Amino acid sequence: MIKVQNLVKVFGTKRAVDDVSFSVSRGEVLGFLGPNGAGKSTTMRMITGFLPPSGGSVTVGGFDIVEQPIQARRLIGYLPENAPAYTDMTVHGFLNFAAEIRGLRGDARKKAVSRAVEMCCLEAVLHQSVETLSKGFRHRTCFAQSVIHDPDVLVLDEPTDGLDPNQKHEVRQLIRRMGEKKGIIFSTHILEEVDAVCSRAIIIDRGKIVANGTPQELRQKSEWAGAVTLRVKGVASSAVTAKLYQVPLVKRVTVVDEKDGLVTVQAFPKAGANGALASAIGEAAHEWHIEQLQVEEGHLDEVFRSITMPDTVKEATK
Amino acid sequence: MNPWRNIWTITKRELGAYFSSPIAYVFIVIFLLLCGFFTFFVGGFFERQEASLVRPFFDWHPWFYLFLVPAVGMRLWAEERRTGTIELLLTMPITAWQAIVGKFLASWLFLALALVLTFPIVITVNYLGHPDNGVILTAYVGSWLMAGAYLAISCITSALTRSQVVSFIISLVVCLFLILAGFPPVINVLEQLAWPNMVDLITSFSVMTHFEGFQKGVLDSRDILFFLSVIGFSLFTTSVILRTHRAG
Repeated sequence: MIKVQNLVKVFGTKRAVDDVSFSVSRGEVLGFLGPNGAGKSTTMRMITGFLPPSGGSVTVGGFDIVEQPIQARRLIGYLPENAPAYTDMTVHGFLNFAAEIRGLRGDARKKAVSRAVEMCCLEAVLHQSVETLSKGFRHRTCFAQSVIHDPDVLVLDEPTDGLDPNQKHEVRQLIRRMGEKKGIIFSTHILEEVDAVCSRAIIIDRGKIVANGTPQELRQKSEWAGAVTLRVKGVASSAVTAKLYQVPLVKRVTVVDEKDGLVTVQAFPKAGANGALASAIGEAAHEWHIEQLQVEEGHLDEVFRSITMPDTVKEATK
Repeated sequence: MNPWRNIWTITKRELGAYFSSPIAYVFIVIFLLLCGFFTFFVGGFFERQEASLVRPFFDWHPWFYLFLVPAVGMRLWAEERRTGTIELLLTMPITAWQAIVGKFLASWLFLALALVLTFPIVITVNYLGHPDNGVILTAYVGSWLMAGAYLAISCITSALTRSQVVSFIISLVVCLFLILAGFPPVINVLEQLAWPNMVDLITSFSVMTHFEGFQKGVLDSRDILFFLSVIGFSLFTTSVILRTHRAG
């Protein structure tokens, strides 16, 4: 549905988006991750046709966003960053306007508005002016605007920003449900969201894509992926460490905790261990009393940090 | 899709925005008060003893508009840019032109409404004497066209900035120039300083010069063309400004 090819955006001398390519097909929810200022919003603004690209191309449903902007935009529902809405209108008036400008008239418009209102739970504030709404309601009003014409493609810029945990949960459910039939791209910097809704995620840093894969694949990149936590009873930590270092797949062992005769250590695998570490450690430790043996899945936030941290900070932490 | 439907959708929204905020009411009340005050007290409507609205009423319009039209136009784009709704508007399946024309049209219709509400003055002059209603009508048309020219200039300055105040001040200065270029005292000074051709060129840019014809009851195509071309040019400039903002 969305195809982005070699997209470039230059502001003055700064390359805000630098040679970004990816695609989103129907039934896919693509999470767009990155630190603030990485170029997420700029990319989304180019996809929706708000900003013209400095280079490269975007096609939505086969329509080029620069050459055939009207046809392409018809397919898109867009929730901009900070969820802007006309503050002088009521929620009802605003949604009516959005439906009308999308070409919906008469009965079709009424149906579309009531469907969007129901979907985003806006009945309570329907005749209130947008100005007086709380942030959560304002956000949902703008969200309702983006789905009013039941678009094939949804572009959501930080759709859960500023919502309380319950609302966040609702919006995620909504995105996941709609993701079955549409192509959705949404940006966030909350990593748990990626696990909760995305079928695929892209990490972008300083305008470039630095990682692209399913949440599972991204997690594999973590140093923690495949690490083993071992808790044994009645053995000194030094003895455990020494023994584990003899296991060929172990790269590094750290003692996490030692008290009341319980020792907890963590062993990190060498590259290419491919999950074989747990059984190797289990073998090495078979003569001890094992309280716990657990394989770590890897943490997305750690992957995110290690990929997007500026080099200078990386050096300093080493 | 019919472009006029899109334009009309935008226009309706903008008109709604005027009337859901105090701007519309404050503007109309002040405009009518000014009209009444200047016509009857400063303009000496009764002392003139003639059934005409030209000198006591329409003469003041370029000066009223100088302050009031930039106040109507200043929010058009500046507000959209400040609140970020411009991102919504320009990613809808409409062209930038439709948005620009729709917004302009809304403000222009609003000014038309304010003008129409001055009808008691027309009734008064008809009650007291036998004025030439044709002249009054053409003067109204001219006044509305002039307001449109001011408004289109306010569109440009509004698109230039996020700040409504900055927009107001710049368009006021530009409109002041358009008035002064044809203001008799300024013309006198110019005639002593510059060649006659230059003076003609400068005065031909003035709204005063072109409004004059309408006040005499003459619908001169050159005058109409002048106002329409100011509007067209200004709206075109607005579209260029909006595009360059986004090009970064």
